[in-house]
Amino acid sequence: MRIYLDHNATTPVDPAVVELVSNVLGSQFGNASSVHYFGQTAKAIIDEARSAVAALLGCGPQEIVFTSGGTESDNLAIRGVAEALAPTKRRHLIASGIEHEAVLNTLKAFRKRGWSTSLLPVDGSGVIEPSALEDALTDETALVSVMHVNNEIGTIQPIPQLADLAHRHGALFHTDAVQSVGKLGIDVAELGVDLLSLSAHKFNGPKSVGALWIRRGSRLTSMMTGGRQERNRRAGTENVPGIAGLGEAAQLATGKLAGESARVGALRDRLESGILRAVSSTAVNGDITQRVCNTTNISFDRVEAESLLIALDLEGIAVSTGSACSSGTLEPSHVLRAMGFSPHRAQNSIRFSLGLGNTKEQVDRVVEIMPVVVNKLRRLTAREVS
Amino acid sequence: MVAAMSGGVDSSVAAAMLSEQGHDVIGLSMQLYDQQSGQTSFGSCCSIDDLHDARRVATKLGIPHYILNFEREFNAHVVSGFVRDYASARTPIPCVHCNGKLKFTNLLDRALGLGATTVATGHYARVESDGRGHRVLRRGLDLDKDQSYFLFTLTQDQLAHAQFPLGELSKLEVRAYAAAQQLPVADKPDSHEICFVPDGDYAGFVERHVPEAAAPGPIADTTGRVVGKHAGIHRFTVGQRKGLGLSSPVPLYVVSIDAGSRTVTVGPREAIERTMLTASRVNWISGKPLSGPTKVTAQIRHHHPQATAVVRPTGPTSASVEFESPQPAISPGQAVVFYDGTAVVGGGWID
Repeated sequence: MRIYLDHNATTPVDPAVVELVSNVLGSQFGNASSVHYFGQTAKAIIDEARSAVAALLGCGPQEIVFTSGGTESDNLAIRGVAEALAPTKRRHLIASGIEHEAVLNTLKAFRKRGWSTSLLPVDGSGVIEPSALEDALTDETALVSVMHVNNEIGTIQPIPQLADLAHRHGALFHTDAVQSVGKLGIDVAELGVDLLSLSAHKFNGPKSVGALWIRRGSRLTSMMTGGRQERNRRAGTENVPGIAGLGEAAQLATGKLAGESARVGALRDRLESGILRAVSSTAVNGDITQRVCNTTNISFDRVEAESLLIALDLEGIAVSTGSACSSGTLEPSHVLRAMGFSPHRAQNSIRFSLGLGNTKEQVDRVVEIMPVVVNKLRRLTAREVS
Repeated sequence: MVAAMSGGVDSSVAAAMLSEQGHDVIGLSMQLYDQQSGQTSFGSCCSIDDLHDARRVATKLGIPHYILNFEREFNAHVVSGFVRDYASARTPIPCVHCNGKLKFTNLLDRALGLGATTVATGHYARVESDGRGHRVLRRGLDLDKDQSYFLFTLTQDQLAHAQFPLGELSKLEVRAYAAAQQLPVADKPDSHEICFVPDGDYAGFVERHVPEAAAPGPIADTTGRVVGKHAGIHRFTVGQRKGLGLSSPVPLYVVSIDAGSRTVTVGPREAIERTMLTASRVNWISGKPLSGPTKVTAQIRHHHPQATAVVRPTGPTSASVEFESPQPAISPGQAVVFYDGTAVVGGGWID
């Protein structure tokens, strides 16, 4: 039996989503831009999905733009706003140092084009101090992008305060909410942001579909030139089955959010305290009060996380560490490095992320096997040193 | 056991053979270069394409496969030494370090941590037990492909954990096996160049790492007379004939390189012949130095004819070697490896 504890990478697709996507893929082939019956049917499916996503975020359906996922949403938010503001003197972008590569590398691309960019530091608990943003903001700042929940350590950022600061300097605020949608209750008005990215496959929907919420009235230039889909904001024939799947996943998330968060949170706590008790020289990385329910990131002293991950996989337990790069190998996590951890500690940390389908029995099995695997690796380290 | 998989046909066949024999095989590949720097496709070994090939082979074999990030170790143990050697008038052999330090130290350690007892590679070499608790390292049966020269630093402990499934096979048989098993790499060309310098421009590579290596210096003949100048000693290797930029009635060869004065000395072919050399950091495969002068066949570079010689241990890890007949182009930095028949006695680095 394999145990999947890598839900921040991706999640199993809910059976109800599978059924809907299959049905749409199999029988609703119409192009949503077509005038006839087939087009209207497709359009209706998209409309329904849009409403479901809007309900999940507490926003208007027309503020949702469907994309190919989190990365495209982040790109559209940053590039779209930057392009729209390029003619003005606002040519400064700010993000936190612990963002996803979709944000970090987009900023890098603008830097190469002569824009100025700032990366906000985080403290040792992985939380951004509002004062750091205050220091970085100028009257030339176009956009601030800070993720709602960090993918590696699960910390929740103080988005409302940060967004408020950005607005006081006339800057727009984007949040990458890929890791919070479906885990935390989201209300865009409460968050106070202008743009928000989400991705379906992080909450039991299909891959390659996501959305960007854009506050009504925000100026944004489309990246994709072509047809007039998505109110001129994202050209290209809509991925109708994917969008239907996203809508279904959003609807399911809305319904089970509270109950499932509590269930997963209890499992995560059981796993975390179990591991800390069973394995010596371990520590949790990141703030444990401001943290999403499903994630724990734990350092195992004197163990190479890469080896631990492989050893666990050979035992049927899927976890992850750092960010995977192109070949699938592991880099020392830029998040843990930004928190001020040594490369050593950054390299002996493992992320466990739970979700739908995980059970108490699975958690207990992991807690049971963890000390066995870790101690085997530690004996080897001791041999090397001696 | 762990199969070290580079994505080439040899290590793929080694993994396939072990898997076919019913062993519980885990495929491990080493990522050795920065995949994020944008410089893609080194194209001969362990590049990103090769790692994908290794993964495809592992999928075909139905074995688990993981890629380990050894960029740091590769740089520390292989690349930096390569650059340092060239910049200090030596001609390096990075493959020896990659075998000894990466495959049979770092990778072996990871393998042991995963509960494996053996690392198998696609080398054409053989390792046998002598029946008295020691391992013997032998040339591969296919002498054209034999790679034992690159394995001379292995210790008894490392050899005890090593397996070379291709040791008894010829390259043709390996290709045929790959084709019969329909391995995705069956028709992949062999790699020849040094993997991290696929364009073969060693000088350019060294200069990118040590710009000051490109300092010019004099070219002198064996009497000390300056006959030309050069653009950096890293461009030369003892015995080299091409690229000297000199016109001469007789072919001229690099006789020696002096890193201190940056002088490259050239001379006729006779001048590059020697009958003696000394070697340091010698590894004796048995684990014990020879007790006295011993007649061996010695090889002063890969794919070089074997020469009869007497090796004299001059310390626990040093030796002098006297050849029966003069040898051309004994290059500092290369390895001299001693054989008794097909068995590797030991080897060291030419001073």
